[in-house]
Amino acid sequence: MSEVTITRAPATGMITLRGDLSNVALQTAVTTLTGTGFPQQREILHEGERSVAWMAPDELLLLLPHAEAQATVAQLSQSLTDIPHLVAEVSDARSLFRLSGPGVREVLAKGAPIDLSPMAFQPRHIRRTRLGQVAAALWMVDADTFCLICFRSVTEYVDTFLATAAREGSLPNHF
Amino acid sequence: MSTRLATGGVLIDRTAPVHFTFNGQKHRAFQGDTLASALLANGHRMVGRSFKYHRPRGLVAAGVEEPNALMNLGFGDTFEPNQRATTTEVFEGLTARSQNHWPSLRFDVGAINARLSRFLPAGFYYKTFLQPRAAWKHLFEPVIRQSAGLGAAPAAEARDPDTYEHFYAYTDVLVIGGGVAGLTAARGAAGGGAQVLLIEQTAALGGRALVDGAQIDGLEGPDWVARTGAGLDQLPNLRVRTRTMGAGIYDHGYVLAYERLTDHAPGAPGPRHRLWRIRAKHIITATGAIERPLAFAGNDLPGVMLASAVRDYVGLYGVSPGDRTVLVTNNDDAYRTALTLLDAGLTVPAILDARPQVTGALPDELRARGVRVEAGRGLAKAMGTTHVTHAAVCAQAGEGAVLETIACECIAMSGGWSPAVHLWSHCGGKLTWDDAQALFRPDPARAPTGADGKPFVSTAGAASGALHATEAVEDAAKAGQTVAASLGQDGPEPALAAVNAPPEAPIKPVWLMPQGAGTELRAKAFLDFQNDVKVSDVQLAAQEGFESVEHAKRYTTLGMATDQGKLSNINGLAILSDALGQPIPQTGTTTFRPPYTPISMGGIAGEARGALFKPTRKTPIDTWLDANGAHWEPVADWRRPYAIRRQGESVASAVRREILNTRGNVGLLDASTLGKILVKGPDAAKFLDLIYTNMMSSLKPGRCRYGLMCTENGFLFDDGVVARLSEDSFLCHTTSGGSDRVHGWMEEWLQTEWWDLQVYTANLTEQFAQIAVVGPKARQVLERLGGLDVSRDALPFMGWAEGSLSQIPARVFRISFSGELSYEVAVPAGRGLEFWEKCLDAGADLGIQPYGTEALHVMRAEKGFIMIGDETDGTVTPHDLNLSWAVSKKKDDFIGKRAMERSYLNAPDRKQLVGLATLESKTVLPDGAHAVEGAKKVNGMENMIGHVTSTYYSPTLDRSIAMGLIKGGARRMGQILEFPVDKGVTIKARVVDPVFLDKEGARQDV
Amino acid sequence: MLMLTCPNCGVTAEETEFEPGGEAHLTRAATDSTDEAFRDYLFQRKNPRGVHFERWRHAYGCGRWFHAARCTQTLEVFGTYTAQTSAPPDRIQAAIQARRPDWSLT
Repeated sequence: MSEVTITRAPATGMITLRGDLSNVALQTAVTTLTGTGFPQQREILHEGERSVAWMAPDELLLLLPHAEAQATVAQLSQSLTDIPHLVAEVSDARSLFRLSGPGVREVLAKGAPIDLSPMAFQPRHIRRTRLGQVAAALWMVDADTFCLICFRSVTEYVDTFLATAAREGSLPNHF
Repeated sequence: MSTRLATGGVLIDRTAPVHFTFNGQKHRAFQGDTLASALLANGHRMVGRSFKYHRPRGLVAAGVEEPNALMNLGFGDTFEPNQRATTTEVFEGLTARSQNHWPSLRFDVGAINARLSRFLPAGFYYKTFLQPRAAWKHLFEPVIRQSAGLGAAPAAEARDPDTYEHFYAYTDVLVIGGGVAGLTAARGAAGGGAQVLLIEQTAALGGRALVDGAQIDGLEGPDWVARTGAGLDQLPNLRVRTRTMGAGIYDHGYVLAYERLTDHAPGAPGPRHRLWRIRAKHIITATGAIERPLAFAGNDLPGVMLASAVRDYVGLYGVSPGDRTVLVTNNDDAYRTALTLLDAGLTVPAILDARPQVTGALPDELRARGVRVEAGRGLAKAMGTTHVTHAAVCAQAGEGAVLETIACECIAMSGGWSPAVHLWSHCGGKLTWDDAQALFRPDPARAPTGADGKPFVSTAGAASGALHATEAVEDAAKAGQTVAASLGQDGPEPALAAVNAPPEAPIKPVWLMPQGAGTELRAKAFLDFQNDVKVSDVQLAAQEGFESVEHAKRYTTLGMATDQGKLSNINGLAILSDALGQPIPQTGTTTFRPPYTPISMGGIAGEARGALFKPTRKTPIDTWLDANGAHWEPVADWRRPYAIRRQGESVASAVRREILNTRGNVGLLDASTLGKILVKGPDAAKFLDLIYTNMMSSLKPGRCRYGLMCTENGFLFDDGVVARLSEDSFLCHTTSGGSDRVHGWMEEWLQTEWWDLQVYTANLTEQFAQIAVVGPKARQVLERLGGLDVSRDALPFMGWAEGSLSQIPARVFRISFSGELSYEVAVPAGRGLEFWEKCLDAGADLGIQPYGTEALHVMRAEKGFIMIGDETDGTVTPHDLNLSWAVSKKKDDFIGKRAMERSYLNAPDRKQLVGLATLESKTVLPDGAHAVEGAKKVNGMENMIGHVTSTYYSPTLDRSIAMGLIKGGARRMGQILEFPVDKGVTIKARVVDPVFLDKEGARQDV
Repeated sequence: MLMLTCPNCGVTAEETEFEPGGEAHLTRAATDSTDEAFRDYLFQRKNPRGVHFERWRHAYGCGRWFHAARCTQTLEVFGTYTAQTSAPPDRIQAAIQARRPDWSLT
């Protein structure tokens, strides 16, 4: 038995929103939808089944139940008509993994060239980086649980990578 | 004979015997032994033969610097050659074989090379090239191939069953080396809370403290190490990792460390090796020092060992290298070996000290114990055939006249110590020559500097040149505290460990023994044991003009073996300096390059093997295609079906069937890999006018337009259909390989040049599955799915519509890359497979069949459509491809516009795209074949005027078709060109219009 | 391998997350530029031993471009800054001058 469990999350609604993140109307439109606060740089905030993540200075990622994604895109577009923006559903473009267990930081540190020690990485942080040879974004749900998203086409690679990294007896016990 | 002593050995566990075999013989050892100590304990003094002369060789060292004891380890899939016995921990069932001998270690045919050694001088290999060519081919090459080479190659069918991985770690301080200095520095660095990682290459902490006899804080060395190690384990901010070697230091605090997890415990779960990719704010190298051999005749005989190695074998492993050991030295430290031997009950017949006067505490202690200490003496030679039997004593000041011979089984030699400066030097740390100690040591004023321009490497202990234990501890404590302070994390100053070790008298450098050794002795005095380089070779190199140390190294191969000259470099450059009559610092050192010692290829590859070697991008239809006969080909990072074969069908037949069916009935193509980039904003149209060569602002919402993208150089690099979704949004299709590149390209211009434009982009390539329904019956298929009016009036050619098909949300583009009636349907990727299967069901009785990329290619070539990467190669403009119609003349600017105005890009004899019809219609031109014209050029080459870019057999036209880029092609219509494809074989083809099928486009516009 | 700080998302990351984009602060030649000016824009690049301004993209991170002022000889990074500028900002120039008193922007 491995110390880390890796599961593919069921279809999750994801929406990319690009625009001027300092615009108050945009902020209100987002927080009204998600029920969260507005994320600061590299922050992810959750409220129930909804999350909002800061992806870039002009880009957010919204996560929500899959069934609501299409309607939410329409709703956002509606409320942002007066602000230059781009909103697009990306639910199907990505795969979401959930990794859980006490060794989870070490499993990810085999592929992500970032500081995953508890001093450096905590819940509320989101980090876009790479896992092995593909792009990925990581965030923590709780002390022992990470979420990871990657592009849909490389799901199999990421799945195999994580399963390999989490094999029994392979954790360095460093963190 | 060497043997196991009855007592002693701080690293072995005498209650835990293990068994191993060497050259088929079964032996016993103890847990904690290295293969080297185990061999010595079992009487194996000769462990291999040398690389060039096949001379008998024994263990010289006890650590990473060992040049001789390279072994073939394991068998079958786990076989590995060239493994160092001194760094191989013994385990139950270990199988080792010695190398470089045939037929056996004792009797070796290749040893004849030694007799021929005067014909194999420095630069021998290079000199063979000076001979007539035939001599190299028939004489030298076969002989060299037969006799050279280290170890045996693993079997071709062998597959490494072990796993490997990488691990990324960030730390404030990395300490490399777990001896007294490393432990002291780590403790100091961690005192104020900084995160510290200490790595040690061997299985045990302690380094030389385990055997050197110094008392620390009133404890014997091993006890102090145990206590200190246990203390470090209690610190939450300090981590210690053994069996982990600092392999290399690189820019900005990057370090590769090589952890060997299961080499000593095969079969244990987990990876065999782990390559640590560490980023440290500061690095302390506490890598110790390496003892230097002395250069005297016969110094490579089995039984001649470094004094420190003798101390290690006795002290660490309880192994006697022989009853009688003659010690030859130029420094005090080696006397510790004599003490160790005496304490173990062994005999030291004499200590030969090259220094004219021998004073000091250590020699006095030996004298007091009745050992004969001879000042001003050296060795004329070590005597013996397969191992040492006698030491021939001479005056160091003389030419080697033998004063007496002393019977012995072992000669322990010490030429002084060189700090292990490798890691310090990897990233630019400079060295300084310390004349008093006769060594190169790191110059703290010229340390490697990091991102902030400040030093990020410091040294501690012997690695700094602080060789004496007292100095080493002081130096290491200071290093630890200085580093902590520089990180703003200094704690209370820890108590300095009190070291009790006798003071040492100065060393006297000895580079050749005796100093006046004649030709014969010099030709037997080895510098580099592994590459068989002698004092005479280096002198010859200097004589032949190889004065730079880097040249001399390559000419003689000194220091170029797998030990990278850890024993030989300093001695070699001292000999070179002497030959050149210049001081050592003027000669300088060769460059130290990572890794410190060889690391496994598996470790470098990490997890990237098999399925993880390279990511393969897969579309939502991939599983269906794979289950239904896809013959895959890589397209950029994707895999796409070249053809979808039926049971028993050849690939070529499948392609032919797919084409004819698509043209006759209806075909289905997985086009999901096409790039799909959303461009939106008030300035989107203006932006796309700059990105594309054609006008996109005039495109009406609801319509599609084929567009071209050029580089600033005017060369075409991507193409695709743009659909205007609304006044302020466009969907740009790109080539399969180009989506990331084009998206990056757009963002680059938006962010770095036209940041005033209000435009946002998103790469939606993977959000959608894109299925092309192609052929005369395509409309019927979509009509049967229902939900969207796909009639000619509602959805004309080059139009698009949005809605749903068979209850799946869909965007339908009426675009065609085949010349047929064609709909490209984008549906959410998650429903792609469902849509694909619905199409197959709906079209079953219409003869619908999936088709692959080759059918796609043939059909587009029949229509004369270009393919990025076939018709383009980064030097081709749209005009060259007859695509001038897609280059706007109205726009003020677009990327590539200015470039296309350059005279060269408008020259009439540029290569231009033409169709090529072979005169023999069944003959297909080879891809890339060159057309030639007229007389040969003065250099004898054909006058090439162009080449074939795409070539196929068209089942539709039942003849071969091709396109090519031919000089002045537009003016050559009707000409017959010659394509010499093989000796005496020339294919003739007529220049024709590249559109072979349906020039007027009637088939697609129905 | 370098460590660079992306000014767009604020992370200090290792080089494998970034893509280099060559010399910074080039001025795009206008469509009516002379052949010589256009040639220089396309091909003439500085290759100094010392202070250099470069473009980088945080390819595996936020995807955004930025500029870095770096010493090509020692690899010292004087600072990173926005890509939306045509010249190194004052704070970057000051940081360079503090470390390379002889340097000036010309």
